[in-house]
Amino acid sequence: MRFMVIVKATPESEKEGALPDPQLLLEMGKYNEELIKAGVLLAMDGLHPSSKGARIKFSGKSRIVIDGPFTEAKELVAGFWLWQVKSLEEAIEWVKRAPRCNAGDYEIEIRQVFEMEDFAPVLSEEQIQHKVRLRAELPNQTANK
Amino acid sequence: MSATDPHHATHQALCRTIEAVWRIESARVIAGLTRLTRDVGLAEDLAQEALVAALEQWPQTGVPDNTAAWLTATAKRRAIDLFRCNAVAERKHEELARELEALEQTVPDLDSTLDNTISDDLLRLVFIACHPILPTESRAALTLRLLGGLTTDEIARAFLTPEPTIAQRIVRAKRTLADKHIPFEVPRGPELAARLSSVLEVIYLIFNEGYSATTGDDLMRPALCEDALRLGRILAELTPTEPEVHGLVALMEIQASRTRARVTSTGEPVLLFDQNRTQWDQLLIRRGLTAIERAHKINTTRGPYLFQAEIAACHARARTPSETDWHRIVILYTELAQLTPSPVIELNRAVAVSMAYGPQAALTLVDALASEPSLARYHLLPSVRADLLYKLGRHPEARTEFERAAALTRNTRERALLLARAASCETDPTNP
Repeated sequence: MRFMVIVKATPESEKEGALPDPQLLLEMGKYNEELIKAGVLLAMDGLHPSSKGARIKFSGKSRIVIDGPFTEAKELVAGFWLWQVKSLEEAIEWVKRAPRCNAGDYEIEIRQVFEMEDFAPVLSEEQIQHKVRLRAELPNQTANK
Repeated sequence: MSATDPHHATHQALCRTIEAVWRIESARVIAGLTRLTRDVGLAEDLAQEALVAALEQWPQTGVPDNTAAWLTATAKRRAIDLFRCNAVAERKHEELARELEALEQTVPDLDSTLDNTISDDLLRLVFIACHPILPTESRAALTLRLLGGLTTDEIARAFLTPEPTIAQRIVRAKRTLADKHIPFEVPRGPELAARLSSVLEVIYLIFNEGYSATTGDDLMRPALCEDALRLGRILAELTPTEPEVHGLVALMEIQASRTRARVTSTGEPVLLFDQNRTQWDQLLIRRGLTAIERAHKINTTRGPYLFQAEIAACHARARTPSETDWHRIVILYTELAQLTPSPVIELNRAVAVSMAYGPQAALTLVDALASEPSLARYHLLPSVRADLLYKLGRHPEARTEFERAAALTRNTRERALLLARAASCETDPTNP
């Protein structure tokens, strides 16, 4: 299953032209390398401060454009990873190993990505057991594969 | 502990956390222990004992900061105890115990030397789990167990096989590796290519078991595809200079990109040309194309996986079936057939030829395969032939072939699809 791991912004990361500490960048690079080596990291990106972004408010038929920056840094997204892991717990374990993105307090949010199984029928416990029984009755059937 | 116990939920959550830690750390722990004990079976048993210790102790002590170091240290202590017990019988073990004790004094950290050692050990573990001395099925089970961190129960469910069968396969495999004194090493020189191809075969077998379930009515078991992809991605970082590894990763990424489109919401299979291409996972396609580029940067030689990946890429790049570069696919299949002659590749080449040059040219190729003994029970031969006959307007013959294909397939959903096509031959006006 996939998770989007969302790094929330801080007043620091929202500062215009603010670049992260080179030491932190180095540590983050090592961490990302670990994620790649573990076959976990699918995609990632860091985002500019919200001053370079915009919001479009959908209200009835109107579309109202609001230019950044936006207040409430902790509600904003500063970057994200897309991971493929076995469980939410595995994603949590990986997040705990992450180095700090910057000096301030911030949160990382983990959200599960919709998968095919969420739309298509998956095997129930009963179906799985039935198949296991069926297969057990057919000896060596994968041997000729 | 009962379900009504207020601590029950916390305990369950902690067990899931430990499982997750195991998933992340087990391969590295087992690999390190195998180097020290020179016995992969023993190393895995020791690691399992450390896991049991974690399940017992962490609820009291909390999860330690460096979980991998904790698991390894616990397993090493058990190894020392074990060797001490056997030391009277064998002096060698005592030396090993001292060696282990000395190693335990060194503080584990994540500097680059240690990193390299871990990578080397992991790669050795890949090669030993996929050793050609083991039957393919055992290699797959052992690889999922040692490198994927799956439990025997999880492997059994993924392969729809009874748990005792899988457990037995793993036990036997470990015994074989010990009895035959299979060294814990990365093969060098001319041996490397053959051994690597055994590794790739195992990973692709796991992927295919998930991607095209051979039996039963489920067409896919996505978790198994994800396990195979993860193993492939790990291997690609361990052996970055092997083009075929990137080829296999690319092939799996691109095939997996079609997961959502290849089965309907009710579980019916959807053929490549009928798939809604907007449902193809563009992220996985991009990753696949990048993996192909990585392979090309290494050198210009192509192995079978890279060829197949490039064929898959031709489909992935086409926004509609009619935009597919069939001429390029024909070339790729022709070169692939020269490299690894196979009736199945020849059949696929025929399909490409039919798209590039028309059904008649393809039918000639397919008819040449009719007497091929290895395809006698292969449902895709009559299935492809049926499709070509249908396109040529020879509907009664097409119908017979669709029915033959339906009788040969083991997948019930595919059978339904083939029978539906046979029926459509009946209702259509024949010979326009």
